Amino acid sequence: MALSDPIMANPQHPLIDATGVNVRIGGRQILENIELSLSAGEIVTVVGPNGSGKSTLLRALIGAMPVSSGRISRAPGMRVGYVPQRLHIDPTLPLSVGRFLNLPRRHSRRTIAQALARAGIPGRAGAAMSALSGGQFQRALMARALLDEPDLLMLDEASQGLDQTGTADFYRQLEEIRDQLGCGILMVSHDLHVVMRAADRVICLNHHICCQGHPEAVTAAPEYRALFGTDDEEALAIFRHDPHKHPHDHERERERDHAG
Amino acid sequence: MLDDFMVRAALAGLGVVLAAAPLGCFVVWRRMAFFGAATAHAAVLGVALSLALSMSVFAGVLAVSLLMAISVTLLSHRGYAMDTLLGVMAHSSLAFGLVAVSFLTDVRIDLMAYLFGDILAVGRTDLGIIWSGSLLVLGLTLWRWQPLLLATVSEELAHAEGYDPQRESLVLTLALAIVVAVAIKVVGVLLIAALLIIPAATARPFSATPERMALIAAGLGIISVLGGLWGSWNLDTPTGPTIVCVAAILFALLNTIARFERGGKSD
Repeated sequence: MALSDPIMANPQHPLIDATGVNVRIGGRQILENIELSLSAGEIVTVVGPNGSGKSTLLRALIGAMPVSSGRISRAPGMRVGYVPQRLHIDPTLPLSVGRFLNLPRRHSRRTIAQALARAGIPGRAGAAMSALSGGQFQRALMARALLDEPDLLMLDEASQGLDQTGTADFYRQLEEIRDQLGCGILMVSHDLHVVMRAADRVICLNHHICCQGHPEAVTAAPEYRALFGTDDEEALAIFRHDPHKHPHDHERERERDHAG
Repeated sequence: MLDDFMVRAALAGLGVVLAAAPLGCFVVWRRMAFFGAATAHAAVLGVALSLALSMSVFAGVLAVSLLMAISVTLLSHRGYAMDTLLGVMAHSSLAFGLVAVSFLTDVRIDLMAYLFGDILAVGRTDLGIIWSGSLLVLGLTLWRWQPLLLATVSEELAHAEGYDPQRESLVLTLALAIVVAVAIKVVGVLLIAALLIIPAATARPFSATPERMALIAAGLGIISVLGGLWGSWNLDTPTGPTIVCVAAILFALLNTIARFERGGKSD
């Protein structure tokens, strides 16, 4: 179904394309000369320290943040599934999970039930959104974002509130989703350890794009090291599966194997 | 027992609460309670202007309420704090309105009628204006229901899915101005906000979905109007305020019950 989609059939044309984008808020330059493009089937991760403009970038890309200069073009008719970092639902608004998934288009009871089951919160359609735990809430957001089979999935720190196994499952799921829907995925994270494994391309952001490319190339770049230091060696080791350089990790792994 | 003017009064009240119930829910969800009150205060200036220019009060009030609502919306995007802005605009337009009315020496107007409404004096033309205004607002709200709800839950989600939350909130502003303009005759400028907010707030503990909250609010609004009319007839009290009193008593009663029920469950 996704393959017959005109947007999918044309991978040469990017889903979203930003050229020379600047965002200034109250005299402060938040984003500077951003050049970014993303095509169907690609998983791109934006990493950067706190306050580097990651969320602002996503908000600018969906049109919620006016740009001071530059141009953002979106593929016509593109469906965006967006999972925000936080979502505050006012306590005066009664909203069940099922009702939330039916916004703004209504779906059949069965479709909703299936979406919730896939997201790992089966049978919760009748629960109030406010009654969900942080992790369940995040899964409900994800279920809603996937409901309309998006062409582009955008995730802002989407693994927040998930425990370790939840996080690992979550990123494994992303690859499945990409393969099933053929959609592009753009996510923002400061959770370097896990994110690196799932991404095809990493963009290192600190108000401007410091460097971008294949995860391995980016982590070797001096710009990246200047930003994140070298205390991520362990994370990189997991990523590279390089036991010789980091015997400690390997030992720990072995211990765990013996224990199990 | 009900004379013709009582039937007209009841119909006028029902017309207003039908539009006010779903709109009032949005006012509560979006924390716009003060916004509704401010729009209503500005209506006094509209009354004064329409009398001075000898045009229809409905049109004058609608124009000034809209102007007020839109300028507050625009100014709030420029970094003014919303509540400060509303405080300045609401009270100054009320003051200017009262001063302007005092200049109209050749027109004898009963200002009390606009401040507290005069539902018993509703004529056939008024009834027509009230019902067409209410049906228009009800239609607008139902038409934009889903996108409005999405924009209320999250403006970002609305943006991402191709809606313009700014335009949706403009729809709400427009609807609010129309309700204020048609409700002036029924409960008056000072009590319109009550008719929007109290039934919605009363409905909240009994609602699991936004739709049910709007329906229950409408039911409570109807009870308040009919109860208020009955009460003011029997107790010889001013009708508009009596309607609001009934709504307030329902709020206190039902919320207490809801609290006890919840307390009973958790114990």
